This record gives sequence, C-alpha cells and structure tokens, in this order.
Amino acid sequence: MDMAVATEMQPHTAVASTQKTKVVAKNTNVFYGEKHALKDVSVSIPDKGVMSFIGPSGCGKSTFLRCINRMNDTIPVCRVTGKITIDDQDIYDPKLDVVQLRARVGMVFQKPNPFPKSIFENVAYGPRIHGLAKSKSDLEAIVTSSLEKAGLWKEVKDRLQDSGTGLSGGQQQRLCIARAIAVGPEVILMDEPCSALDPIATAKVEELIDELKKNFCIIIVTHSMQQAARVSQRTAFFHLGLLVEEGETSHIFTNPSDKRTQDYITGRFG
Amino acid sequence: MTDTAFPELAGAAQRRLDVTSDAALARIKRRYRSESRFRWYGVGALSLTSVFLVVLIADVLVKGLPAFWQHVLLVDIPLSAEKIDPDGKRDSATLRAADYNGLAREALAAAIPGIEGRTAKKQLNELLSSGAADRLREEVVANPSLIGQTVKSQLLLSDNADLYLKGEGTDIVTLATTRGIATPSAKSGEVTILVAANDFADALLVIKQDLKARADELEVEAKRLELFASEAAAARISELRSEAKALADRYSKPKVAEMLDARLPSMLIAINGGLVKVTKLSDTEVTGEALIPLSSTDEAKPGTWQIVTYATPESNRNANDRMVSFLERLKAEGKVERHFNWAFFTSGDSREPELAGILGSLVGSALLLLVTLALCLPIGVMAAIYLEEFAPKNWLTEIIEININNLAAVPSIVFGLLGLAVFLNFFGLPRSAPLVGGLVMALLVLPTIIIAARAALKAVPPSIKEAALGVGASKQQAIFHHVLPLAMPGIMTGTIIGMAHALGETAPLLMIGMIAFIVDIPQGLTEAATALPVQIYLWSDLPEPAFQAKTAAAIIVLLVFLFLMNGTAIWLRRKFERRW
Repeated sequence: MDMAVATEMQPHTAVASTQKTKVVAKNTNVFYGEKHALKDVSVSIPDKGVMSFIGPSGCGKSTFLRCINRMNDTIPVCRVTGKITIDDQDIYDPKLDVVQLRARVGMVFQKPNPFPKSIFENVAYGPRIHGLAKSKSDLEAIVTSSLEKAGLWKEVKDRLQDSGTGLSGGQQQRLCIARAIAVGPEVILMDEPCSALDPIATAKVEELIDELKKNFCIIIVTHSMQQAARVSQRTAFFHLGLLVEEGETSHIFTNPSDKRTQDYITGRFG
Repeated sequence: MTDTAFPELAGAAQRRLDVTSDAALARIKRRYRSESRFRWYGVGALSLTSVFLVVLIADVLVKGLPAFWQHVLLVDIPLSAEKIDPDGKRDSATLRAADYNGLAREALAAAIPGIEGRTAKKQLNELLSSGAADRLREEVVANPSLIGQTVKSQLLLSDNADLYLKGEGTDIVTLATTRGIATPSAKSGEVTILVAANDFADALLVIKQDLKARADELEVEAKRLELFASEAAAARISELRSEAKALADRYSKPKVAEMLDARLPSMLIAINGGLVKVTKLSDTEVTGEALIPLSSTDEAKPGTWQIVTYATPESNRNANDRMVSFLERLKAEGKVERHFNWAFFTSGDSREPELAGILGSLVGSALLLLVTLALCLPIGVMAAIYLEEFAPKNWLTEIIEININNLAAVPSIVFGLLGLAVFLNFFGLPRSAPLVGGLVMALLVLPTIIIAARAALKAVPPSIKEAALGVGASKQQAIFHHVLPLAMPGIMTGTIIGMAHALGETAPLLMIGMIAFIVDIPQGLTEAATALPVQIYLWSDLPEPAFQAKTAAAIIVLLVFLFLMNGTAIWLRRKFERRW
C-alpha cells in the first residue's frame, strides 16, 4: 500500500478503547550520551490487558520499557525527556519516590535472575522490605499465593528452603514472575521473558500471562511475532527509535497501516 | 551447492584444515613440547619455592624448639619459720619479702657440699637463675601452712647452665683405665696428685706437640712479616722468633712439667669423690685446683680414679670448667630435670633469658590487631561501597581513587611517622599503646582492603542488583541485602591479606614507640605494650646466646598465630561462599 511520506513520519496515536488507560507516554525521548535512542514516542497503554512491543533489534523497545519503571536511571549517561504518567501521575516528577514506583511497576528480565537465596526468600523479600506483611503467617500467605498465581506452587511447595538458583530455567522465570507479583504491583513489565526458555516452558509462561492479564496491566517486549499475536491485545511496532504504528493486535498483524510494519511482519527485515 | 549470493564461499569446500602433512605434524610436536616445557617450568618454580620454605621452617624449628624446654634443679628446701616469718603473723607482705633466694642458695650448697672461696661460691650460685626462687615464693604466699615443712622445689637454672645441659657445652671423655696408684696431697684448694705410673705421659706428649705447632705458626708469621721492610716489622719479627725459640726449648725437654692454658682441652682428675682441674702437668705428677672437694687424702687404687678431658677448650665455651663440673655432678646425682617451658607463654619480657616470655607481646599484638580489624574492616568496606556505587563520576572521585591505589604502595615506616606526628604529638595519645599501633596499622591496611572490596563488588553480576531494584528495593537495600553478601568472599580475602600484613609489620611500630622494654602484660588498649615482631627484633639484638633460641621460638609462635588467623579467615570465607 502507498503511504504519503508525511504520514509515515508522524507517530500514530492510540485507537480509543473500552479499557481504562493505565500508562500514558507523551513525547518521550531517550538519549544515551549523544545517541538519540528513542524519538518522540507517545502511546497510551490500557489497564487489565497485555500490550506487546515488537520491532527489530536495537529499535528502542527495551529502552522504552525501562523508562516506565525508571530503570534507565541506573545508567549514568542516560537522559529521559518528555512525560510518562501512570494513572495520571507523572512518574518523572522529582517529588516522586522512585523506590515506591518500582514496587508498583514490577519487572521480569530476559535472563531469569532469582536471588541466590531460598525460593521462599526470593518471593518474600519484596513484601518484607515494603512492610506488606504484619506477621510471619501473613508473609507465608503472600508467598504461597504468589507462587500459586505464578503456577509454580505445586512444583516447589515441598522445597521452599532450596536455593532459587537450583531450579530449571522455566521454573526460575516463573519464580521471578512470582517475585514480581508478590509486591502487589499494578503494572508488570516483561522484557523478552521467554527468549531464554524452551518451548514448553514458554508455553507455561504464556499461559501465566493470560491469567495475569485479568488483574494487571502487562507490557511485554518480544522478538517473536507469534508470541505477540498469541498473548497480547494491543501491539506497538518500533523501528529505529520511533513508534511507527500501534493498535489492536489483530489489526496490526492482518492489516497494518504503515509499510514498515508490513515489511517487518512479513519478514523482510528483523 | 554454490549460492550466487555468497560467491566467496565457492572455494571454501576445497579448503580443508591440514592435519596430516609433515609440517602439520611438526607443528603439533612443537605445541606438545612447548606445553610440556611450560609444565616443567611450573614444577620447577614450585619445587624451588618448596625447598626454600622447607629450609626456612627447618632452620626456625631447629633453632627455636630447644627454647620450649627448660632445666630445673630438684632440691628439698626446709622452710624454716625463723627465716621466713619470724613474727609468726603470716602477714603476706612479710612472707613476700622473705629471702627465698637465700634459701635456694643454701639448698644448692647442700647439694654440692664443701665449696669454699668467694669465686667458687659465686660461680656455684650463678648456676641458678635470678628468678629461681620466684615459684617458691608464690607457693609459700599462697599456702602459708607450708612454713615449717620441707618442700620439694624446682629451682630454675640460669641461661648458661641451661644451654650447657641442652648440649651446647662440651664432649666429655673419661679415661677410667688408669694404671698407677694416685695419692692426693689435700682435700681442697691446691692439690698435687702423685701417681706411681706414668699415666700422664700421653697428655704431656700432646701438650709438647702443641708447643711445637705454636712455634711453627710463629715462624710462619715471622716469615710473612719479612716481606715488609720496616722497623716495626723487624722488631715484631725478632719478638716472634724469640717466642718461637722459647717454645722450641720447652718442646725439646720432654720430661719437664708444663702449665696448661685455656687454649687446650681441659684436663681434670676425678679422685676420691672430688674433681681436680689440672694446671701443671708432668709424667707422674699433676698439680691443680680442686673444683669439687675430695672426701679424703687416701690413696686411690688404679681404676678408682679417672682422667677426665673436656674436649672443647675453656676459652671456646660459655660455661667454664667449674660450672661444667658442678652441672655434671648434679646431673650424675639425678638432681636435674628437664620440663616444658610453660613460663615462655605466661610471663612477659625479661633481661634474663631464662625468665623471658612472650605473653606481653602476644597480648600486645592481639590488642593491636583487634583495633586494626575494628577500624579498617567497616571503614574499608563502606569506602569501597561508596566509591563503587554512590560516588559521582567526577574529578574529585578520580583523585581519591588514585590516591588510594598509591597509598597501598607507600613504605610502612611512613605510616609510623604519620602516627608519631598526628596520633602522638597532635592528639596526645599514650605512647607505645596498642591503640596507637592499631590506628597506624589500620591506615596501613585500609588501602588493601578498599581495593580488594571494590574488586569483589565489581565482580558481582549486575543482574542481581537489577533484580533487587526491580522488586522495589532502594539502592542501599539492594547493595546491603544482595550485592554485599555475594562480595563477602572477596572482601574476606582482602582482609586476610591485610591482617597478615598488619601482624608482621615492624617498622611503623618502632616509630610510635612499641619498641620499649616492657615487662608487664598490658591490661588495656592504652597501656604500654610491645608486639610480636618487635619482640623478635629486640631479642635478636641481645648478646646472651640463650636469646637466639628465644628469638627463633618467638618466630615459631608468630607463624603459628598467622596460620591460625588465616585458617579462621579461610573457613569464614568458605562458609559465605557456599551460598553462591
């Protein structure tokens, strides 16, 4: 299809949806020193659903994801401009406590990274430091429910004191998800959570995401378009630091508006 | 099949790695040879190091182990009430002040009776240590009911006596097959012994031959001086020549009596329960001094009296003939015992080698290390965490880092000077105190710990910290709950190295005064003390030969202390390492 050059250069805004909006980004730019990694990204992400970010390597999707829980703050040369709000609250407000933000916005990383402590400790650490449990039994209840929600309880209920690093890759990733939801976040960010897992473990995790979306706003970065198609309701396509197109998953994958999107999903590059 | 998109791969199918040609085989052989050579270098280096280590440890052990044993004299001492407590009040001050050394000397005189003359008595008393009666004093003060009884006591022998008994004395050759009847002229003092046969002929011959040897030596020296054509040389030459002539004269008269001197092995006659040291000797008659008085002047049948030779000449020995004779007599009577030197570990330093112990310096070193550890471990780790995680990356931080790295290489005596100037002069802290020593050592060791801690923190995978941050931990929580425990093994290693360094450093302690002669055991951080390495240095400098063994013994204690410390730290490190 033919696209006018002008339209190509403009970022697309969200199609109005029936879901409440959770995260809104306006004109977000990210610089790594001199390098302009993310250019003027604006997007609205709805609550209680899964949004996926797709795009070729180095297009800025992970960078944008890490803006939402301000993990980019830990990189000294990184500079973020623009406005990102969660529930209409500006998360880059200097008065905002970053540590609290990161408790409200959980993150699951590409390579499973459980703490080198026991399984119980892994999940209990977050609630403990945020004072979510008044007593030992409270804590145990939180750990149990998080592990159940993560679909790991049956496999580990007899060995909660074993080291978290002794589990298989898929179990470790589910442990990390349990750890993230134990703190009771509103948003869960997942940066290519299945790329280090085998297909069966991947399937388990995708099942889990399906369950979780009923209660959380989930944003997932993925390399696999099939996964994006399976798991998400909305999809955003990034390319060279720009948000090229964004909309309902089915629409993006069957009838994309932008030629670049079309080229990507048909495998011309990526 | 060739792919037109990648023409350069077309020839790839024809190129194969060459593994069979001669050149290839030679390459492989060369590689094996080089690997084997490298292995042998490693083995050689390790062997060389092991040899040095074994030699060092063997040397220290051989020199130091004798210091862990001591000889004592076993005697019965009657504790008469008039001498110790004339009032009868059993007042501990009186008991303490009584003359126990006098009692000890009396007991010794009873063990070898009949010794008269000031010199002889003095040398007899010199067998005992100046602190010989200390144990007796403590016993009586603790248990006054002993007064009036006769107690078995162990009296510490002096350092020279102790060294002699440990085998640093002389070989004793006893000739018991005597042929003639010997008749002494007196029981004590100067004694002349006439013998019916010429038992002394051999000894006389030896002396005459020694005269010849000396004459020859003098002649050689004179010939050497003839090369110099000066007046002084000419005078000396004539001196030497006349001496040589006198000696040759004596040599040419084989029957004339000779005087013995200290250059030759000592000759003694054991007769009638006494011991006579020979000063003048002829074929059938000797004259000498009775070191141990004889019981009678009766004639002794052949075989009942002996000629005793002390092989090492008196001038080469620490113990003179009289002391040797006393000690041999006491040994023969079973009055001398050897036991483990616990006092080495329970007493402080002393001028007398037999009384010197290392407890003072051990306690000083322990207190010093405690202060060092308490200061430099928290400060070092905190500094490393700050520099690694919190410090802004600007020029000030750069300067701090450069300076820390440089400080690790500064000579330790500079820290001593710093301690002197700042802690002693400016802050007025007490001199020679373990507190100041610990402060100085903490400064010395701090750079090492900071550098090791930083390396350990850097080595923790960043994914752990990110995971913690992702769960909503603050930076501080992430570091202290997750990164620091994982960096512990590396930090422990740095601490081990630092503490071992602090234990062995001597130079800075010299500057702040921990080199004084301290007798008391330090009771606190601000009392004057000395440290183990300094004690070793001080003892190695002292002239008494018994201190050499003590120095080596103190080195052994220092090494054991070091091994224990390192062992503990390695065990701690392993305990932490298990978690990861």
